[in-house]
Amino acid sequence: MHIYSSHVLVCSGTTCSSKQSILIIDKLKDGIKRKKLNEKIQVITTSCFGLCTKGPIVVIYPEGAIYSNVTLNDIDEIINEHLVNGRIVKRLLSGDNNENNSYETADFFKKQERIALRNCGVINPEMIEEYIAYDGYQALGKVLTDMTPEQVIDKVLDSGLRGRGGAGFPTGRKWLFAAKAKGDKKYVCCNADEGDPGAFMDRSILEGDPHSIIEAMAIAAYGIGSDQGYIYVRAEYPIAVKRLNIAIKQAKDMGLLGDNIFETDFSFNLELRLGAGAFVCGEETALMTSIEGKRGEPRPRPPFPANKGLFQKPTILNNVETLANIPVIILKGANWFKTIGTKKSPGTKVFAIGGKINNTGLVEIPMGTTLREVIYDIGGGIPNGKKFKAAQTGGPSGGCIPASHLDVPIEYDTLIELGSMMGSGGLIIMDEDNCMVDIAKFFLEFSVDESCGKCPPCRIGTKRMYEILKRITEGKGEVGDIKTLEELSETIQAAALCGLGKSSPNPVLSTLRYFRHEYEEHIINKRCSAGVCKELLDYIIIPSDCKGCTKCIKVCPTKAITGMIKEPHIINQEECIKCGACLEACPFGAIIRK
Amino acid sequence: MGKVNITIDGIDMKVPEDYSVLEAAREVGVDIPTLCYLKDINEIGACRMCLVEIKQARGLQASCVYPVSEGLDIITNSESIRKARKATLELILSNHDRSCLTCNRNNSCELQALSDRLNVRELRYEGEKTLYPLDLKSHSIVRDNNKCILCRRCISMCKNIQTVSVIDTTERGFYSNISSPFDLSLNDVPCISCGQCINVCPVNALREKDDTELVWDAINDKSKHVVVQTAPATRVAIGEEFGLPIGTRCTKNMVGALRRIGFDKVFDTDTGADLTIMEEGTELLHRLNNGGKLPMITSCSPGWVTFCEYNFPEFLDNLSTCKSPMQMFGAVLKTYYAKKTNINPADIIVVAVMPCIAKKAESKRPEMSVNGLADVDHVITTRELAKMIKEAGIDFHTISSDHYDDPMGDASGAGVIFGATGGVMEAAIRTVYEIVTKKPLDNLDIISVRGIKGIKEANVQIGDFTLKAAVASGTGNARKLLEMVKSGEKDYHFIEIMACPGGCVNGGGQPIQSSAVRSKYDLREERAKAIYAEDVKLSVRKSHENKLVQKLYKEFLGEPGGHKSHELLHTHYIDREKYPISQ
Amino acid sequence: MKSIAELDAIRKKALNNMKVKKENQGYKIVIGMATCGIAAGAKPIMSAFIEQLEKRNISVPVSKTGCVGVCRLEPMADIIDDMGNKTTYIMLTPDKVEKIVQNHIINGQVVSEFTINSTQAIF
Repeated sequence: MHIYSSHVLVCSGTTCSSKQSILIIDKLKDGIKRKKLNEKIQVITTSCFGLCTKGPIVVIYPEGAIYSNVTLNDIDEIINEHLVNGRIVKRLLSGDNNENNSYETADFFKKQERIALRNCGVINPEMIEEYIAYDGYQALGKVLTDMTPEQVIDKVLDSGLRGRGGAGFPTGRKWLFAAKAKGDKKYVCCNADEGDPGAFMDRSILEGDPHSIIEAMAIAAYGIGSDQGYIYVRAEYPIAVKRLNIAIKQAKDMGLLGDNIFETDFSFNLELRLGAGAFVCGEETALMTSIEGKRGEPRPRPPFPANKGLFQKPTILNNVETLANIPVIILKGANWFKTIGTKKSPGTKVFAIGGKINNTGLVEIPMGTTLREVIYDIGGGIPNGKKFKAAQTGGPSGGCIPASHLDVPIEYDTLIELGSMMGSGGLIIMDEDNCMVDIAKFFLEFSVDESCGKCPPCRIGTKRMYEILKRITEGKGEVGDIKTLEELSETIQAAALCGLGKSSPNPVLSTLRYFRHEYEEHIINKRCSAGVCKELLDYIIIPSDCKGCTKCIKVCPTKAITGMIKEPHIINQEECIKCGACLEACPFGAIIRK
Repeated sequence: MGKVNITIDGIDMKVPEDYSVLEAAREVGVDIPTLCYLKDINEIGACRMCLVEIKQARGLQASCVYPVSEGLDIITNSESIRKARKATLELILSNHDRSCLTCNRNNSCELQALSDRLNVRELRYEGEKTLYPLDLKSHSIVRDNNKCILCRRCISMCKNIQTVSVIDTTERGFYSNISSPFDLSLNDVPCISCGQCINVCPVNALREKDDTELVWDAINDKSKHVVVQTAPATRVAIGEEFGLPIGTRCTKNMVGALRRIGFDKVFDTDTGADLTIMEEGTELLHRLNNGGKLPMITSCSPGWVTFCEYNFPEFLDNLSTCKSPMQMFGAVLKTYYAKKTNINPADIIVVAVMPCIAKKAESKRPEMSVNGLADVDHVITTRELAKMIKEAGIDFHTISSDHYDDPMGDASGAGVIFGATGGVMEAAIRTVYEIVTKKPLDNLDIISVRGIKGIKEANVQIGDFTLKAAVASGTGNARKLLEMVKSGEKDYHFIEIMACPGGCVNGGGQPIQSSAVRSKYDLREERAKAIYAEDVKLSVRKSHENKLVQKLYKEFLGEPGGHKSHELLHTHYIDREKYPISQ
Repeated sequence: MKSIAELDAIRKKALNNMKVKKENQGYKIVIGMATCGIAAGAKPIMSAFIEQLEKRNISVPVSKTGCVGVCRLEPMADIIDDMGNKTTYIMLTPDKVEKIVQNHIINGQVVSEFTINSTQAIF
């Protein structure tokens, strides 16, 4: 059988025929023959495609292009462009592309202001050319050829940019201290050891726009007089690691890293160091200790890293998101940056929104946006019509903000006043089904697990607090537990060695501040209104609703349910292990949990 | 060194600019409590006991690591400081095996003392306790993590000072603990049993393997002839266990106490040391004259020998083949002495009192025996002897005895100075000089090899020949020195190495002094002073003039380096793999 | 890198290369390939695009990019035309890819039911 490489299908249904489709077939066949393509292309007459309003219809395979409203005048173009040159004749397609369907038009996106995430989802992160196309390395060029190190630091100082990793220390001041410090060698480090539960903005930037970090680190190095940088990235981010490695190689190949960049005296080299998964290595001194090849544990400050950091040399450490802002600030200026956000916290912040909210994901919003806007306008509100209870920011170092503070603008200082903190930008939304004692326990457990063990307040203190919380959620809380929790919190805050240790009681303190009644309910009434703490719940059969079908009896693993067929059953609370199987099995909704 | 003005609790003072707040405070009599701190060795600010308020800084700060600076205003005693210290200590105690009454460190425990000092009378924060098995496998060291408070002094000592690095922190948070690689026993890792970790442990997490019961059993066995030998450094330190000042010479009290305990004979290891000088000096001269392997390195310190076997196997041929003085002396006791006294060697039990715990392991080495009998049967430390004296109800302060027993008792001053770093070198020079030049040495005090400096060098003129000598103490310094020799940067004929910093006076079996005492006194210096005072006091100060040694060669051994000597007094070494795969 | 001029030259060239071109059917396909995308299955989606294009003898560049933040809608792909219009397709499957290539790339017809604005996914 002869095999044709292309097939041209022309409709000869009633409607198309009435619009000269038969003549079109003839002209096509004739034209194909004249181009000597009749061995390769077969013209087939078909019945109706069902697109009669747009007829005559011509369909060409293998592409599957559907041409509509074809006239005899279009045939030459179809033959020359499509069949000879392989280019689809767009003007004849039936498509209608005026509607804009990009993510940029979604409400979720429209309220955002993208600076740190500017290139994420836009450029190909593995092609340096695409970064350059979007003004990449222009800032480095400008800095090296047109600015003194002092001017660079002044500009960053002037922008008011604060560290996006948690505490919000002014970036420019950090750079200034390191620039002033004496040392034969200085280091620029990037903290990409993102560890807060739920936060992944740094990963997103590293994966989507790695060159922005490299450029910013080179700018920082020029500012403080360094020639060596390290990116400390967690090994659990393999794609980020891969793309960083590609980016570093490309930048080296193009002479944007290495010696005499832009034919100046400035040289800068960059290496990756992989973190092995300890949360504490996100703490700056622990991170440097880890880069030095030792067990990642914090060391006391002073000496501060700006004077004695990595390998005892002056060092700056900036978080990924902080660095991503730098090239833009250099190019667009400090004044532009200050128009975004608030006076005390200029710029934007990326949040990872999770928990009980419709639109989970990453958002970059101007500082000063209220929690209400984030949760309802961008986040789409709470699912299933539930009531908002609290927002957790700052991860294990942060706290819970209740509904009464929904209209507080989000910035570093307001969050601290509320007993929480910005942290790296995790934002977990909780609704009425969340138990705040349980939430505090969750975050504290994280701190217990991730404590490095160097100082006793954190090593043992958080453990003791966790034990108390565990007891409370199991219905074994005692009057006085709250006081002990407060005492221990005070000790840990005062005596722990590092910032992570000192802030580890925050989840407990902030929930005690806003949701003390829930603690008291657990301790005194032995109840958990949110229905989370299993040991405090009872499964009860409502006798009037129970039909005596025995389905619950059959699924109960501990034989805690008794009753005769067609008579109301009873759950023996002593035997019940609160697994919930009966509740799921009951076809009549006769079993409730309270 | 510049000075800065600071204020501590309202007291204005001027202190050197490299001081920590803690050091400055102690200078004005403000005794800030500490726990993990150990001067020059462990300054990490971990335990949070030394917290103070500093006006120029937020929150409480660890004074042991906070550097002074101009204008610093410090408060060391406030409500919040007191509360934080006490609560932190209570937390530490909540996860500590508090069986104080039966604890080896009862009354010498820094945690116990601190608990008393901070007036802890109840524990508010009880909870889960970590439970660890004891590591009892080593001949020398017992590790009990249930007592450990994670101060990490042992790690700093093992890793930074000794560069042995067989312990470090593993796991995290509440379950972090001090362990060896792969959780192996100290017996199965390249631990050299120097015991320096024990000496710095504030609690009872590390201790020597207690062999006192074995010694009591031997003494009580009437069929055995039990002799004891005491190493040079024990006599200048044992007094500390009885409250005497550091560096008190207690030779007579110690000999008296040993007799009272019930040893059949009390001898002096110093005689073994004199013997060592004869053998080692001869070996050195032989190597020098016959193109032997140089530099020759001393082999008296079993910690050092083990360190060399694990870390510098390429230097094993440089090690002198001489056994240590303790082993030599033991071998002589079970042969010459047995013959002289007509006692069956199998019925002789040799006990050694040593400042060292590596000696326990050394005595168990299979090659340290003659005719199937171990040279030395039991080794106890200075600390263990003190316990025996106390248990026996002997008043150490009043008991006294003039002399070690004949016929093996009298030793030279050269033997005594073995107890301090540089001593072996000095003793060897005193003898080698006179053997080579056949002239008496004018000044017996070779000052250039004395002192606590980690690495010392001396060029000694012996006739026409200049002997290039070096002395290192502490295996960290030994490593430095050998790396320099290896690289060709340095070149010597003779090297003395002691595993413990400062030599045997600071050995792992010596009385333990608290961090506070160690901040004030350098134990190495004070004890060494007593050693050299002992040397000066003796009429015979050169090994080759030791009458007993002369007699021994004449009647029994023949000549130094001779056939009999080789059989009894020399040994060999093993290239040891650090972490054999088969484990 | 020697000068700003050199950088600018690279920039111009790169911008030109990034332009959607007539010979590529006037389209470019960009697939979200951050951790979130890959975890949701972006790699098979990229293969599906390439396979569908090859099957139809169509040369359209397929590129990758980072995460735009709506990770729960991954795998996602943008189809960009020569006018700069961007269509974001979400929660893709190989079946959806076939339909998108057929309707959108070949016939210029946006497959509305698969786009980001099609569902209640975004509030």
